[in-house]
Amino acid sequence: MNNALDFSFQSTTLTARSSGALWWADQRVLCVSDLHLGKSDRIARRTGAMLPPYETRETLDALAVEVEALNPATVICLGDSFDDLAAAEALIDSDRMLIARLQSGRRWVWIEGNHDPGPVEFGGDHLADLALGPLVFRHIATDQVGEVSGHYHPKVRLPVRGRIISRAAFLVDDVRVLVPAFGTYTGGLCTTSPALSGLMAPGAQAILTGTTVTQLPMPRG
Amino acid sequence: MKVPAQIEDWFAHKGWTIHPHQRDMVARAADPATLLIAPTGGGKTMAGFLPSLADLAQNRHKGLHTLYVSPLKALAADIKRNLRTPVDEMGLDIRIEDRTGDTTATQKKRQRVDPPHILLTTPESLALLTSYEDAPRMFAGVQRIIIDEIHALSESKRGDQLMLALAAVQTMCPDLRRVGLSATVEDPAAIAKFLARHPDPCNIVQADPGPDPNIQMLHTQDAPPWSGGGAKYAIPAVLDQVKAHKTTLIFHNTRAQAELFFHNLWLANEDGLPIGIHHGSLSKEQRAKVEAAMVDGSLRAIVCTGSLDLGIDWGDVDLVIQIGAPKNVKRLVQRIGRANHRYNAPSKALLVPANRFEVVECIAALQAVKAHDLDGDGRGRGPRDVVCQHILIAAAAGPFSADDLYQEFTTAGAYHDLTRAEFDACLEFCATGGYALRAYDKWQRLLQRPDGMWQLRDPRAAQRIRMNIGTIQDTDTLKVRLKNRAGGKPLGEVEEGFAATLTPGDTFLIGGQIVRYEGLREMTVEVTRRADKKPKVATFLGTKFATSTQLSARILDMFRQDDWPDLPDHTRDWLALQRKVSELPRRDRLLIESFPHDGRAQTVVYGFAGRNAMQTLGLLLTKGMEGQGLGPMGFVATDYATLIWSLDPLTDPWSLLTPDAMRDGLDTWLAGNAVMKRTFKASAIIAGLIERNLPSNRKTGRQATFSSDILYDTLHKYDPDHVLMQITREEALRGLVDFGRIEEMLARVGDRIDLRELDRVTPLAAPLFLEPGRVPVKGLAEERLLAEETERLMTASGLDQVDAPKRWAVPF
Repeated sequence: MNNALDFSFQSTTLTARSSGALWWADQRVLCVSDLHLGKSDRIARRTGAMLPPYETRETLDALAVEVEALNPATVICLGDSFDDLAAAEALIDSDRMLIARLQSGRRWVWIEGNHDPGPVEFGGDHLADLALGPLVFRHIATDQVGEVSGHYHPKVRLPVRGRIISRAAFLVDDVRVLVPAFGTYTGGLCTTSPALSGLMAPGAQAILTGTTVTQLPMPRG
Repeated sequence: MKVPAQIEDWFAHKGWTIHPHQRDMVARAADPATLLIAPTGGGKTMAGFLPSLADLAQNRHKGLHTLYVSPLKALAADIKRNLRTPVDEMGLDIRIEDRTGDTTATQKKRQRVDPPHILLTTPESLALLTSYEDAPRMFAGVQRIIIDEIHALSESKRGDQLMLALAAVQTMCPDLRRVGLSATVEDPAAIAKFLARHPDPCNIVQADPGPDPNIQMLHTQDAPPWSGGGAKYAIPAVLDQVKAHKTTLIFHNTRAQAELFFHNLWLANEDGLPIGIHHGSLSKEQRAKVEAAMVDGSLRAIVCTGSLDLGIDWGDVDLVIQIGAPKNVKRLVQRIGRANHRYNAPSKALLVPANRFEVVECIAALQAVKAHDLDGDGRGRGPRDVVCQHILIAAAAGPFSADDLYQEFTTAGAYHDLTRAEFDACLEFCATGGYALRAYDKWQRLLQRPDGMWQLRDPRAAQRIRMNIGTIQDTDTLKVRLKNRAGGKPLGEVEEGFAATLTPGDTFLIGGQIVRYEGLREMTVEVTRRADKKPKVATFLGTKFATSTQLSARILDMFRQDDWPDLPDHTRDWLALQRKVSELPRRDRLLIESFPHDGRAQTVVYGFAGRNAMQTLGLLLTKGMEGQGLGPMGFVATDYATLIWSLDPLTDPWSLLTPDAMRDGLDTWLAGNAVMKRTFKASAIIAGLIERNLPSNRKTGRQATFSSDILYDTLHKYDPDHVLMQITREEALRGLVDFGRIEEMLARVGDRIDLRELDRVTPLAAPLFLEPGRVPVKGLAEERLLAEETERLMTASGLDQVDAPKRWAVPF
């Protein structure tokens, strides 16, 4: 089983992990996007619907597994780390302690996203974007070459013999990498949507997360 | 009470006599609850309304007098039409109106301010009415409630919803009297208990059931095929019957079958007989057109499904044809009752088995009808997801006391043994989410005031609660429209899952037309009329009927015979062939067949334990097969058998089919399987955790939605004893899982398991390959399929040469 897949991008090698995290072994950088921590809190506040309030814990646990496995020097959270700023404030103590534990001994970068545009009261750097070597980490894709971004929650839906396989996916072309959402309560946007088909260059590849990490030409709309 | 003169005169004037059961209903008008059991055409509806008409004829009444509830909107509209004429002819000054999902907002508003004497409605609309703050004013003075087709309602959560809404109405009008109208059923006492306010007594009035129906198998030139559900072979014979009768109803068990049959019928309809189609997935406009044509008698036949099952009066039907095995004797008898609406004349029906297995089923059903052996399983305790919804409905109507509401709920028969602890868990769920992690104390939905009463934290939540009332589980469907500049004519709906498998250019059948899929626009399937290809058939999940256990037992008994002189020759030969190439299933042994087909290994287990148990067996066996590395891909279950397809064949069923292995599997398996997740989703929607409908000003993008499976997985991991998980388990264990019958089957067969390894599909297995309701198994096979597809796509794009991922062998 492949639970990770290496690919070349801007003359460096990146690894797509089955969890949906991106690993840059050369620089020991772990990058995760769209954690949407506190999403159930925001939904309850705004709509009254009370979803199981365990998604923050589940997302942080999954992140902890990756941190333990890879021992990164730097962790980059690629924006929309919190579902909104009030949700960040409402995080319970045990979740806060887990974040603090994950942060200790390494550089931690919070990239700002459209859901969390301001600084949050957690340790680490708060940046609009971060350039590292040939790469630049930012929440929403621009036209800059070498950009790693999130925001779209890309997923691939493949009809295979009368069944539809739906998986969160990395999207890669010569210019940019799109990272799938890492948070538990996050849906996905299909690669066939105009937004993603328009953004990614012809010949873009999709790398599907899940039990087996699989690469295929990105299905387009 | 006696029948007043005006009404007696009207009957006399018409030259009719009042039936004894109709007089009986008037005589018992003051009783708290009365259940009338009468065949179709027995003047059942009139019997239900007579006490109300008699009362309104003799006493002035202001406001709402009688509520009438039916399971179908169309039935409410039909009754309005059929009641209006006699009421006018009797010279009674009675206002009759209906109120359903189709009623306009203005009309609804006016009805709340100035209600009619008789209001015809549905369970959902009644529940909605009780959610308004002014409900006590509207319901003040209601004397009677008539529940039509109560036998159908008592089998579903819609009935549970109705009885809780009725309990609320009864709290507002303590003297309300209840009348239930039912078709012939096996256990009238159970329905009486369902109808009456617990612990009130309930009379049962039985009308004369009339003569036995004239029911036979249709003789055809060609023999039915081994498998297949289309009954195409019978089309010439069916057309002959249509010609020989005035109006024929042709019933099918599924919408897809009805579409296909209708299509084939028209291809053969050289005389151009006017024949229509009617089923629940067609657009309202389409259905209304057919209904109107039916009423004015301009149709010779109508191809239909369960949407015509209930007692709508469609005029002069003199023949009912049932295509496919009736699956359930009770439903068959009720369908037959649709023919010959004259009381005391036998109704005429023909059974058309679609394949040879169904010949056996049809013969068993005919024997059962002759023996008056109706079937049916008791439904058990009322489900608690409906309790949660009704707590929210109560909150929408205004502050409530938990003690009073609990008392009110326990007056519903299905909930008479609801414990206070069970109720409190539901209340806690509605108030705070009921999670072990108390995350929502700040945002909770219901608050307890200092005086002990409960109320909504945010009164605006009432609107959202009202928008999500109901227990009907819609599968996710997409509307189908003809593509043109004007926006297009709506044709009906298909399942989202089916729509997702379509690529532009694909064709399918809907409303009897072949249409070509052009694309998806704003969640609407756009099609053009183009009949240049063989159609793919639309899959409508709809209702899937299960054969009753009584019928299954009759079939096993028939298999024991040495020969079958009662059966047509083709079916007799077919059973003999099964016995020759394999064997026939027996009660005291378990037959398993294994053979290759369709490039996969196929395993058929003939357990005869009923569909739910066979489905559970499918889930447990595929799990065991996954453990053995056989790559199971999916299965489908019928009442008799489970068919599993996998990458590699099953060779050792013995180690998997022991009670211990099964029980071990059950606990871990219950947690993560597709059936549980489906059950959870339905309950989560009914209980109000997931809202189907949102106010339009806050539409969420598709990006923000995520699967209810994730909620289930999260709860299972962090809060496995949450009340919704309890409800899901309760629901699954009594219905969908039915583990008891698997244990019973395993005890019955012991180690007497016969594995027959064969080289091709057997006669008995053939029908299974066209069975709807296939359940996919996600596991090893999916990874292998994905690899296969990836390789295909990479090769197609030439990329396999450049940037090849690691590959692994695909075994076929």
